[in-house]
Amino acid sequence: MSARRSWLLGAVPLVMLAVLVALVAGTGFLDFLRGGAPPVEDITFDRVTLAPGTITVELVNGGPDPVTIAQVTVDEAYWAFTITPDATLGRLGRARLDIPYPWVEDESHQIALLTSTGVTFEHEIAVARASPTLGADFFGLFGLIGLYVGVIPVAIGLLWYPFLRRIGQRWLHFVLALTAGLLIFLGFDALHEALETGATVAGPYQGPLIVLVGMLGAILALQAVTGARARVAGAEGRRTLAWLVALGIGLHNLGEGLAIGAAYALGEAALGTFLIVGFMIHNSTEGLGIVAPIAHDRPAIRTLLGLGFLAGAPTILGAWIGGAAYSPVLATLFLSVGAGAIAQVVMVLYGVVARETAGRPMWAPLTAGGLFAGLLVMYGTGLLVA
Amino acid sequence: MSDNLPITRRDLLRRGAVGVAGIAAASGTVRAAERRFGHDPASHAAMMSLHDPMNATTRGRVVDGSIDPAVFLEHFDGGVVSELPDGRVLREFAVTAVDREIEVAPGVFYPAWTYNGQVPGPTLRATEGDVVRVRFRNGGTHAHTIHFHGIHGANMDGVFEVVAPGAEYVYEFEANPFGLHLYHCHAVPLKKHIAKGLYGTFIVDPRTPRPPAREMVMVLNGFDTNFDGSNEVYAANTVPFAYHHDPIPVRKGELQRLYMVNMLEFDLVNSIHLHGNLFHVFRTGTTTTPHEFTDTLMLCQGERHVLEFTFEHTGRFMFHAHQSEFTELGWMGVFNVIDGAVIA
Repeated sequence: MSARRSWLLGAVPLVMLAVLVALVAGTGFLDFLRGGAPPVEDITFDRVTLAPGTITVELVNGGPDPVTIAQVTVDEAYWAFTITPDATLGRLGRARLDIPYPWVEDESHQIALLTSTGVTFEHEIAVARASPTLGADFFGLFGLIGLYVGVIPVAIGLLWYPFLRRIGQRWLHFVLALTAGLLIFLGFDALHEALETGATVAGPYQGPLIVLVGMLGAILALQAVTGARARVAGAEGRRTLAWLVALGIGLHNLGEGLAIGAAYALGEAALGTFLIVGFMIHNSTEGLGIVAPIAHDRPAIRTLLGLGFLAGAPTILGAWIGGAAYSPVLATLFLSVGAGAIAQVVMVLYGVVARETAGRPMWAPLTAGGLFAGLLVMYGTGLLVA
Repeated sequence: MSDNLPITRRDLLRRGAVGVAGIAAASGTVRAAERRFGHDPASHAAMMSLHDPMNATTRGRVVDGSIDPAVFLEHFDGGVVSELPDGRVLREFAVTAVDREIEVAPGVFYPAWTYNGQVPGPTLRATEGDVVRVRFRNGGTHAHTIHFHGIHGANMDGVFEVVAPGAEYVYEFEANPFGLHLYHCHAVPLKKHIAKGLYGTFIVDPRTPRPPAREMVMVLNGFDTNFDGSNEVYAANTVPFAYHHDPIPVRKGELQRLYMVNMLEFDLVNSIHLHGNLFHVFRTGTTTTPHEFTDTLMLCQGERHVLEFTFEHTGRFMFHAHQSEFTELGWMGVFNVIDGAVIA
């Protein structure tokens, strides 16, 4: 009884708030506050896809007021269009425009919307390309993209294992520090991308704050679930660490696949066939990071394959999602979750090395140098793909 | 997203993705991505409908455009006519400035400033030597004037005698010289007052009338709906594509006289191009002998000319700005030339 009363007391402010909201929203108070100012319109182009003879645009109303799309121009020419479900979009409402337009392959096109108040919203199709349609072709092509960018490089990286098994503990710590360095590089990259993508989402979704929630959420969730196991000394702790590294890299690769899939589907991918080689070099370091924690524990081949799958396969999943249903909100969330997962892994990695170097200074030249080397390797191989 | 100059790692990945696509294509798991039109009859038909000129236009119809383009085209206001003691003809006009929201493209509303609630203002018409008296009331929220082109006294020029909201001013002058003139507000900021819609046509006929003809007036204008200093909408007589959606009926063999006034703001020049025909140009309408026989004519801001032409063939003939951009943004129409005496 008293417990229930406590809960009821806790609900009192909520009830008061609901009453107040109803009063403000239900009376003319808001109109009074607005003072006859014109509505604020904010339309975001969520996704633009091309089919032969058709441009399809998905829109979100990110402003506080309803917006009506009255006319559409393509390359400064009024053009016929259909809009579903309705030309008027409420707050956070969505609509789909289909424009029967003879777009020109590999050229850029400018789409502008004219709303009922005469405000314009523009979007540039940087490089016009037919968007992939869902089907065997799509899953095959985007699966291959993920395979080459994510899975194969990681698998190649796993081949460091026989080498790592033979080196001493001090050098293994060097490799672990190097792993931390490359993880920090990837995490920073994911964070940067998350913030950049977050800046493009419709206002009310608060892109930069999605990054905060996604990143901290990932850190807290992983800490809560695996933190205790990772702190166990010995082989079990190291194995947990390896899985965490694989998971962190996997989540990062999910975001990476998403961006690649979306860019390719949206025709933003520029030409350059040789770059795939650069990616193999660049991303193979990820495999090194996965096997380093368990190099001295003689893991089963199955474990190695599982780790590689966890780290690499999400790239394929990401490429599919990005190619089929890219949304800036989703991309921001995935990227920030990836950044958070990596941050958590780096924390755990630090704990493991700190424990194993107990009594000795942790930041010996080999560990400090290893971390810096990790950053340099990523930066250097990054240059390769440029 | 892809516009950033500093190339990020993920940008590089995008490029790499194409490399992958190349590999994928080579491995035979995908068809060639490019599908081109014209290989089979079905896609050929699709291509034709895709290039239907009716696709390249606004969607829907203007309902509240302040004028009906079909009516405005052939409507001339001669004022209230009386005779002065000295025998001259007096033409009295009443013009009121009114703030009014008008539909400048289907579903697009623009807070215009108007003469008599319409954009363009009424087409005023007098004969050379008539006395023109315009009682101007400012019913708007900003100061306005009427500045007539033509020969008149300095205090009738509508520049320094600014008419405050609620105030009145009477412009009176003898209509001279004959020609195609215009009027517009000259209150500052000038560009704003013109762009908002305060302009119209002022025709002064020669004492010896021009030959009988079917007469039309077109005011070339545009609207900057988002106030960024460039036009979103272009038109002849305010409504974009009006004479494209409802072609102007024309009798084959009948002389057509078109009074064309360029009131477009922000763009330096405008033009008209007539299909399947050429026209005689009477520059500023101040002569009765043509200056030029052409099918494309350039007009600067405020420039206006009388055009005369006769169609020898029936069918649909387009006319539009030869600035293709203006054409596709609304300044385009069609003459539907019909054989026979009766036009509905």
